[in-house]
Amino acid sequence: MGTMSEEILGRKVGRAVRAGEIIVTPVDYVMAHDQTGPLAVESFRKLGRPLFDPDRAIMVFDHIIPAATVQSATLQRGLRDWMREASVGHFLQEGICHQVLVERGFVTPGAVIVGADSHTCTYGALGAFGTGMGSTDIAVALTTGKTWFRVPETVRFNLSGAMGRHVYAKDLTLAMVGMLGVDGATYQAVEYGGAAVRAMSISERMTLANMAIEMGGKTGLCEPDEVVDEYLRDRAREPYEHVLPNNPEYGRVIEIDASAVEPMVALPPDPEHLATAGELSGVSIDQVFLGTCTNGRLDDLEVAAGLLRNRTISPNTRMVVTPASRRVLLEAMELGFIQTFIEAGATVTNPGCGPCIGRHQGVLAAGERALTTQNRNFPGRMGDPTAEIYLASPATAAATAITGFITDPRRFD
Amino acid sequence: MGRVWKVGDNISTDEIIPGRYNVTTDRTQLAQAAFIEYRPDYAPNVRPGDLVVAGRNFGMGSSREHAPIAIQASGASAVIARTFARIFYRNAINIGLPVLVCDELHPGVEDGDGVELDMASGVIRTADGREFQVEPLPEFVLRIVQAGGIIPFVQAGNL
Repeated sequence: MGTMSEEILGRKVGRAVRAGEIIVTPVDYVMAHDQTGPLAVESFRKLGRPLFDPDRAIMVFDHIIPAATVQSATLQRGLRDWMREASVGHFLQEGICHQVLVERGFVTPGAVIVGADSHTCTYGALGAFGTGMGSTDIAVALTTGKTWFRVPETVRFNLSGAMGRHVYAKDLTLAMVGMLGVDGATYQAVEYGGAAVRAMSISERMTLANMAIEMGGKTGLCEPDEVVDEYLRDRAREPYEHVLPNNPEYGRVIEIDASAVEPMVALPPDPEHLATAGELSGVSIDQVFLGTCTNGRLDDLEVAAGLLRNRTISPNTRMVVTPASRRVLLEAMELGFIQTFIEAGATVTNPGCGPCIGRHQGVLAAGERALTTQNRNFPGRMGDPTAEIYLASPATAAATAITGFITDPRRFD
Repeated sequence: MGRVWKVGDNISTDEIIPGRYNVTTDRTQLAQAAFIEYRPDYAPNVRPGDLVVAGRNFGMGSSREHAPIAIQASGASAVIARTFARIFYRNAINIGLPVLVCDELHPGVEDGDGVELDMASGVIRTADGREFQVEPLPEFVLRIVQAGGIIPFVQAGNL
């Protein structure tokens, strides 16, 4: 009996668990990437033990790939040496960690996955308990196969109704962050349910779950269903069972009518500051970025390409497109989306995190303004600390690229 | 006596240490980048005994352990906040940076005030004679802190 978090963690430890208690639980997979890996390796070496199971250890290079500086190249060389020495089972360099772990079937309902990246909560889209940790926690999990958790209370969002034209999971998730605030779910899990979520693809559910951390959440969970089974057919690395809420007691339940949500934009300095795209229509934008673990998937590229087809990007702005993974890039090429972006005047980069963390492929100058499909707009994230970052859906991003001003995509209907 | 470095609510890990300074594991370099854009006066002037005093949700955002390492290596003795973001809090406990919760301290002191933290009692004394009590650590967290961080905790056979 419990929330999804209580049910999943209870199965892992073999007894009923309740919110508030501290448990030590086995984990299914442990992930680090090129940014958090080096400190994890330092802690791993201090622990002085082997991997608990090389097949459960995953390293992804995605943050600065290919290496942009001698410093990052040196750290990556060190990680490659360590992976050989420690016999890490899975080394992936084909896109953003969260996208790649889902695509490659590591993420299944009921799994407990810890990653040295705060957006590990994305795996809740498939009903897995994924949560982000720091490098030393990850080193401990790599050597012991276990971690400790305080079983979280849960904030439940019930999303009813159908989203309107050019309203997407991103607009809903921004609206939720705006309602709850950037610390509204700290130390808690978030659950997303209702007709609007059941109607969503895996990609859209990933957009929701990805931003649970933007409310401070430990994880963001959608109930697994036939959409998940369809996605995982011929993909899941192991058998799984759906783990669902069972007579749950929620800390808080919030009802949202998805049909009332409009295209949303988060304003600096953090994602809880919201306006509608229409309200911001006079704001000029220097750079538009389409990509990231939030919105760099095929359906995101499809929506943006649909708006950009036979149109060009405003000469007053610039656009960077970074597919979330190699697979997304290949499919987008086959479908002609990449051709559309390039013909419209965008720069298309290799798969990865792109300019989201301000280290390469589109860094912002002092006073510049960006509109991006990522999840965070903290000062200094994409370059100079005085640059302003606005967050929106791929449709709003594409419409904005066309005009050079923040633009409600419904204007192009 | 140490000094207060007062910061606001919702200080993100990008403000503690921007991502482009995370391309090293060298503690000295990380220390130099602590609050480099948010408070450029911090890293060159912070001394042992000083406290970072924060509002709500300190350390929100990324899982980068560089953030608590930068503060620890900069020489500050502890971070006292009204509340902490979850991942930052875990990371700090794991590496042995004292992170303590006190709701009254942030509104009660100004930047640069003289303060002294008695770790054993959890009492913070100000230069003008006032006292603030931090909240006790949860029992499991206290065990990690008493072991000297998560690595010695695990090496001692826990977990």
